[in-house]
Amino acid sequence: MLPPVFGVLFDGIAYGMLLFLLSVGMSVTLGLMNFVNLAHCAFGMIGAYVAVMLMKDFNWNFFATLPFAFLSAALVSVVVERTLYRKLYRATDLDQVLLTIGLAFISVAAAAWFFGTTQQPVAMPSYMRGSINFLGLNIGIYRMFLVAVGIVVTILLVMTLEHTRFGAQVRAAVDNQRMARGLGIDVDRTFAVTFALGSGLAGLGGALAIEIVGLDPHFAFIYLVYVLIVVSVGGLGSIAGSFAAACLIGISDIAGKYYVPELGGFLIYLVMVAVLMWKPAGLFGKRS
Amino acid sequence: MRSMLYASAAALALACVSTAQAQDTVKIGVILPYSGQFADGAKQMDAGIKLYMKLNGDTVAGKKIEIIRKDVAGPQPPVAKRLAQELVVRDNVDILAGFLLTPNAMAAADISAEAKKFMVIMNAATSIITTKSNYSVRTSFTLPQVSATLGSWAVKNGVKKAYTMVSDYGPGHDAETSFQGAIKASGGEVVGSVRMAVANPDFSAYVQRAKDLNPESIFVFIPGGSQPAAIGKAFAERGVDVSKTKIMGTGELTDDSALANMGDNALGVITAWTYDHNHKSALNEKFVAEYRKDNNGENPNFFVAGGYDGMHLIYEALKKTAGKTDGEALVNAAKGMKWESPRGPMMIDPETRDVVQTIYIRKVEKVGGKLVNVEFDKVENVKDPVKAAMKNN
Repeated sequence: MLPPVFGVLFDGIAYGMLLFLLSVGMSVTLGLMNFVNLAHCAFGMIGAYVAVMLMKDFNWNFFATLPFAFLSAALVSVVVERTLYRKLYRATDLDQVLLTIGLAFISVAAAAWFFGTTQQPVAMPSYMRGSINFLGLNIGIYRMFLVAVGIVVTILLVMTLEHTRFGAQVRAAVDNQRMARGLGIDVDRTFAVTFALGSGLAGLGGALAIEIVGLDPHFAFIYLVYVLIVVSVGGLGSIAGSFAAACLIGISDIAGKYYVPELGGFLIYLVMVAVLMWKPAGLFGKRS
Repeated sequence: MRSMLYASAAALALACVSTAQAQDTVKIGVILPYSGQFADGAKQMDAGIKLYMKLNGDTVAGKKIEIIRKDVAGPQPPVAKRLAQELVVRDNVDILAGFLLTPNAMAAADISAEAKKFMVIMNAATSIITTKSNYSVRTSFTLPQVSATLGSWAVKNGVKKAYTMVSDYGPGHDAETSFQGAIKASGGEVVGSVRMAVANPDFSAYVQRAKDLNPESIFVFIPGGSQPAAIGKAFAERGVDVSKTKIMGTGELTDDSALANMGDNALGVITAWTYDHNHKSALNEKFVAEYRKDNNGENPNFFVAGGYDGMHLIYEALKKTAGKTDGEALVNAAKGMKWESPRGPMMIDPETRDVVQTIYIRKVEKVGGKLVNVEFDKVENVKDPVKAAMKNN
């Protein structure tokens, strides 16, 4: 029989994976492209609503909805990027914040208009529900699945950005746009694809999150706070940093609620402050 | 000087016009969060008001009823106060009504007290609201009325030890205090308690903590909306066996949208509540059928019942006063009023102006393939225990 602390660790990591999937897209757009996108979780919400609608109205299997959650969020983000964001790549942070937070507000109102303010019902296949008993610990089946997806996404992303031609183009375009253009890199296209990738990941994260945290129009704001914490604690532009930060935040949140419920959900803020005092650029941050 | 004279003459003329109008209409200012996070509840309560007016006409005691709707958009007491003020001063309303949320009702009660306007609270459920204005009456319920009743019922029915889990904010503390108080007063024992962060998406840690203590029963109070489903899933995922650990709560825990989210996890959960559309009575069947007709086949819930009964109270009070609309006359007419509501017999306590009603004990069961709150016991004539205790002290 394992002591409860292992259960807490597992739950914390699983919750962290959820936060990671939601925030890794922002780590890409904010960290690599240097664009402050506070509407990031609105793209997550698009993915979530697409998944719910496909399951509810078309009786799709949950797993079948996941690629569409990714694609729909990515598609919408390309449209938004082409029409609005692109003009603001070189604008000040404040302009970017104002535009994107406005979009987030619009997304909340739009979701409330189309889907109502109530919680959306989610019908997960029965074999994903419940838990298995492992040496006296309750291990949620869905949480195991989350951990697996989180690890796969991390590996794929790191491989893509560090070891592919596309990754090299992105890094070049970010570091020195003029030079990159001179070398024949289509910077506009690279940025659009990167942006779509980040938002698509948010959409995927949103669809994966609803089983645990539910879905209503305030999704775009509730999780924005967590995402910003993860990105800042992890360090901008670092996939590994986001991964580590998400695990840290997830574990401290679950452990806090389990051992010191009086502190409740506040512990993660303490952790964030502590980390940023120690490393202002975040755990793996390069820029100061 | 001349212009001032003109102005006051104009004002006088205006005042005459508005009193002339006031003679044949009764204006009711309804303050509800029509937009924002609580918009669905506001829509439902509004639908209850509309349904009552549809079934009973829009004239009472020779006067036409006119509703003026104001959107408070969320828990925003300063806005609620301003809206109430505008309704009284500018729109010249005779009655203030609505109020989904406690902070808004509290703020508007000041205006009711100052302007001596009759005020009908159709949902907000914190005990003390009705003490803030002597012209206010409540037609919904109070949270302690429900949770204390559940506590004493539980001990009488064999639950001796309970663990409580409540959201860490005003109503949660109310529910915790009254449930625990009732358990102890009836000879039961509280084996532990936890207050959970209000904006809390994932309950797994709290549920795991409760489970590790292996309590005989768990009492839950959380706000409606997204939380019932999340905590239901957490119970199921952690393998909390409802046949061994009784899960109890107030009606929010298993309302219709919560049940849709919880699925079979909800089976066996026991709740205490005032209204459910499955309540068996001829009056309720008619009420449900009429409501469904106008609302895309949706079922009425406690918001609808609160609005519907609130309108009933206003209509009956106006009949008693023969159309007189001053706060004193209306509130005196309302005191002690009894009627049959879709939820069962109701009364307004003449001393506290709060609602006295039957609290139903329900269990979630599968009926015809659907999850339903099945009433299997009830406690009649329940008064708000907090105000009863205040009187004794």
